[in-house]
Amino acid sequence: MAMKSIVYRELEGKSPGFFAVVGVIGLFILAGLGAAFYMEYNGHYVTGMNQQIVWGMPHTFAVFLIVAASGALNIASIGSVFDVAVYKPLSRLSGLMALALLAGGLAVLVLDLGRPDRLIVAMTSYNFKSIFAWNVILYSGFFVIVAAYLWTMMSRDGKPYYKLAAFIAFLWRLTLTTGTGSIFGFLVSRQAYNSAIMAPEFIAMSFSFGLAFFLLVLVAMFKGAGRELGDVVVTRLQRLLAIFVAAVVYFVTVQHLTNMYSAGRIGVEQFILRDGGAYTFLFWVVQIALGSIVPLVLLLLPVLRGHRKSLILSSVLVLIGGIAQIFVIIVGGQAYPLVLFPGVEVSSSYFDGVVGSYAPSLPEIMLGLSGIAITLLLAVLACTVLRFLPATLSDAAVEADAH
Amino acid sequence: MMEGDESMSERRSCAVMTASCRSEAADPAVSRRGFIAGIATAGVFTGVVSLAPGVTLISVADAKPVEEAASAKQRWGILIDATKCDSGCSVCVDACRQEQGWEGHGRPTSDPQWIRKVNINDSSTGRKFSLPVMCQHCASPPCVDVCPTGASFKRADGIVLVDRHICIGCRFCMMACPYKARSFVHEETEDQRSHMPRGKGCVEACTLCVHRIDADRLPACVEQCGAKGSGAMLFGDLNNPGSDIAKRVAVYATTQIRTDLGVKPGIYYQGI
Repeated sequence: MAMKSIVYRELEGKSPGFFAVVGVIGLFILAGLGAAFYMEYNGHYVTGMNQQIVWGMPHTFAVFLIVAASGALNIASIGSVFDVAVYKPLSRLSGLMALALLAGGLAVLVLDLGRPDRLIVAMTSYNFKSIFAWNVILYSGFFVIVAAYLWTMMSRDGKPYYKLAAFIAFLWRLTLTTGTGSIFGFLVSRQAYNSAIMAPEFIAMSFSFGLAFFLLVLVAMFKGAGRELGDVVVTRLQRLLAIFVAAVVYFVTVQHLTNMYSAGRIGVEQFILRDGGAYTFLFWVVQIALGSIVPLVLLLLPVLRGHRKSLILSSVLVLIGGIAQIFVIIVGGQAYPLVLFPGVEVSSSYFDGVVGSYAPSLPEIMLGLSGIAITLLLAVLACTVLRFLPATLSDAAVEADAH
Repeated sequence: MMEGDESMSERRSCAVMTASCRSEAADPAVSRRGFIAGIATAGVFTGVVSLAPGVTLISVADAKPVEEAASAKQRWGILIDATKCDSGCSVCVDACRQEQGWEGHGRPTSDPQWIRKVNINDSSTGRKFSLPVMCQHCASPPCVDVCPTGASFKRADGIVLVDRHICIGCRFCMMACPYKARSFVHEETEDQRSHMPRGKGCVEACTLCVHRIDADRLPACVEQCGAKGSGAMLFGDLNNPGSDIAKRVAVYATTQIRTDLGVKPGIYYQGI
């Protein structure tokens, strides 16, 4: 390394704009906590969830944030595991976002439990055959490993362990997302999910959502702090996001083609892709058109290369498409009725054979949004007290650091 | 649960009972449980004679003594004859609701249902029939596999239960159950039965009336189907070749729901 080009500096955290941002985020968190209390106090009947749709909006947001968490770490992994120098100045923020996103997602997941007061039971009583129990271990381990990884980046004492930590964190994050995808992949009775492809599909989703979230935070923080973000970094991330979005489209295509080929699963495919009303709309219009095709065009059109607003819009669309995708997977997969007796018409007082109804309630949405708010608050506060953000990512500084 | 782990079985069989289990453990001098069980057992022996119009109700006398842990020697099951089950009849459902106290709040989408009648119409043949569906008490229950805390568990004798002390209400078991047999308690419960504590925020399902089985009595649905319904349900020990249920499944063509999943339910159906 020729010279120490990249200097990291805390956010100042004194401007009125900073306090306004923190205040708004804080209000969302308070609203989410209030919503959680309201749901727990009254019972879940006040939500849109019911006996058929047992996981709803909170799970959509929670899974989205947890998936994005492992993906946000990708930037650091590319820098340190694969030695791509351009990404190294972004590694600290990448690790921080991974931790903040996971914390936000887990907060939502826990606050939606029927008995959140029994969290300690989930931490102390394990059924080791349960993928959920594995995930408890994977999530806890992720916090420890990524924190250690950040320490090796930010402390002189940690430097010797940098490569090792990077490698372990990379393997751990792949395992973690495999675990998240397998929550659905292992459900033998649900025709919409039960497939090994859910694990790699979730990994691709994590790359895409994690990077999009990371990008938006990066751009916002640099803009807010008046720091320079050069074209080198922007065009690199732009291309990378395009690759990840395309990877998700690939896995989604294979997932649905596989299901469509199986006579026993054609029903759920027809439901999602053709007859499912809101779910079909969310799949084709929001997930595929707005969340995948439009961003791909915006990211790959040569005239928009390095174009900031196009990159921001693409990232926002990828995130909206991502939430739609997870909603279609989780809620759409439950709305299609379980098949107990294939090939015959069934009816019962418990809605057998009937498409499940689900209208997300305001408290559920507020709880979900508060997960995003928790993530942002943690990220902003951490950046004000520790040196996560480069003082500049100008082309000159990035080039000098890379050589 | 591991076979032969009797202390675990004991804890587990207590877990679904009530605080009375714990209070007796604290004060062995007051053997209320033994007293009640004795009364119940005596009642059933006389009850079997007076209640048994056919073979259906006699085969329960091989339950374990009340102080003994559940054992894999038994495999409790029910055989349901769909040809006898009337689509307009809901005696089994009413009996279960009455016995276990899961009356709803008038909100059908979120109220619990431990057992339901499913009406089936095969439009390719025109055949219509009806049958009750409840927890199928699988030998390889997916709900037990996925439960993170081990609250969902299978007793050694094949009865699948929820330990309400460690259920965190994550509903993963409901996602995993192929039979939609489980219910989440969406609101405060009232008028709970002393043998069946229920709680807002936990998941619950048919217990096969484990409290009755342990006292040598028939599950409420089976008993009432025999007394007031069409006698379409037969309860017994599938592992005992001498039991009526074992004899029936050995002779007649029976099936389970979704055998393709390989979860080996303890509930058998005839005529579907």
